[in-house]
Amino acid sequence: MIDPITVKDISVSYDGNEVVKDVSFSFGPSSLIGVLGPNGAGKSTLMKAMLGLIHKDHGDVKIGNNTIDSMRKQIAYVPQRSNIDWNFPIIVKDTVLLGTYPKTGLLRRPRKADKEFAMECLKEVGMEEFANRQIGELSGGQQQRVFLARALAQKADYFFLDEPFVGIDVSSEEIIIGILRELQAEGKIIFVVHHDLSKVKSYFDELILINKELIDAGPTNKVFQSGNMTKAYNREFMIDGLEVSM
Amino acid sequence: MEFIQDLMNYGFLQKALITSIMVGIICGVIGSFIVLRGMALMGDAISHAVLPGVAISYMLGINYFYGAVFTGVLTAFGIGAISQNSRIKNDSSIGIVFSAFFALGIILITRAGSATDLSQILFGNVLSVRSSDMWLTLIIGAFVILVVVLFFKELLVSSFDETMAAAYGLRVRLIHYTIMFLLTLVTVASLQTVGVILVVSLLITPASTAYLLTNRLSIMVVLAAFFGAISSIVGLYFSFLYNMPSGPVIALAATALFVLAFLFSPKQGVVVSKFRKMFKRKPVTSSAN
Repeated sequence: MIDPITVKDISVSYDGNEVVKDVSFSFGPSSLIGVLGPNGAGKSTLMKAMLGLIHKDHGDVKIGNNTIDSMRKQIAYVPQRSNIDWNFPIIVKDTVLLGTYPKTGLLRRPRKADKEFAMECLKEVGMEEFANRQIGELSGGQQQRVFLARALAQKADYFFLDEPFVGIDVSSEEIIIGILRELQAEGKIIFVVHHDLSKVKSYFDELILINKELIDAGPTNKVFQSGNMTKAYNREFMIDGLEVSM
Repeated sequence: MEFIQDLMNYGFLQKALITSIMVGIICGVIGSFIVLRGMALMGDAISHAVLPGVAISYMLGINYFYGAVFTGVLTAFGIGAISQNSRIKNDSSIGIVFSAFFALGIILITRAGSATDLSQILFGNVLSVRSSDMWLTLIIGAFVILVVVLFFKELLVSSFDETMAAAYGLRVRLIHYTIMFLLTLVTVASLQTVGVILVVSLLITPASTAYLLTNRLSIMVVLAAFFGAISSIVGLYFSFLYNMPSGPVIALAATALFVLAFLFSPKQGVVVSKFRKMFKRKPVTSSAN
């Protein structure tokens, strides 16, 4: 059962400055949602606040009628690449295996079936031949695919990806968006923090547009229009014209 | 050879050896996590901060273990409290708290005991290990190793990607303080062997050496334990034969191993990669000229 995710009046501040102000929205099953906004708009902060990873001033997040805390094992989070220590002594297949940990539980070791499943996930992102490489030996796109494989290994229903398309090659980008589309078709809810405006229309069916405050949330063709974009980015935009990309 | 014969003959030397090996092992094990979590300075802080605890225990006539663990844990929480509740950055809060504790410790010790006690605590004297110290070290060691083995999975994932671990519901704050607690225990166990000042060397250096040699955390932990044990044994050897304080010798032995790995590690070694580049470049440079 995949329940809708509802966010109500989330606010976050750092040192007294509000960086996310009273944001609310709700999305149901089978949603691939782009979280959009200029630099410093609070996109990653919003995502972390939704997951309870940072302190909220106020606000509430529900999955169906459940709190986030009671649903954690159904949540897969993929951090920004810049937040990872790529020199960490871990190889690719063990990185993916981390995804099976939540459901393995305390005091148990991953079993053979878990290891096989991790390899399957690795195959799905086309990285099986790199299974024994140290993660720092991969390109940016390959690293991102490995982390997506780890998220797949979590067998989660709700996915949160922070800037997965930053600094990666075209073919990795295609593989990743293909998999996200598949997850969407399976009914999952996927949030993606994103800032490249050129591909917004082809990647996401729904959008959250913020600049500290929520500008608009909902279907892409409703949200992604010049009025909203001007408001969010404080400059003129011609959607469907040539000046979409920044 | 003579050393081995002495080892057979003298009980105090056997105790010293067993204690040294255990200290080397657990410093390597916990040190691996300290190194990977970027907490080297924290390791230094905790080790210095056990000093007032040792002094207070001495005054009260109780085993130094209790006081040392108490002030060690207090330091970990104090540092956390300052960096979370003010704009002071983590490394500065570490500096503030541990220098205060260390200063207090030195004053208390000079008031309470003699100067020889102080220098033993500061620099280690492995040959003075008593039976009770050895057993304390063995029990602490067994406990530390047990915790790391049981929760290896959680230690791995939270050290590598803390945000992901927190997102799926691991209590990362609890894990942090557990590591701090284990670190305090390890420091206390190491007091007599390496001394307060140089515990950090046995924590950081063997783990860093291992870090240069492998791409897997489990192997890193085992290698670090091995290098730690070797360094301790060397420390004991020189301390016994040449009457040197054991701490500095252990620190230098650990450093020697590190330098070897730094220069000759197959993947990370400076010399090895220079050679590799030379051989790779040759055809290119000759054609370019």
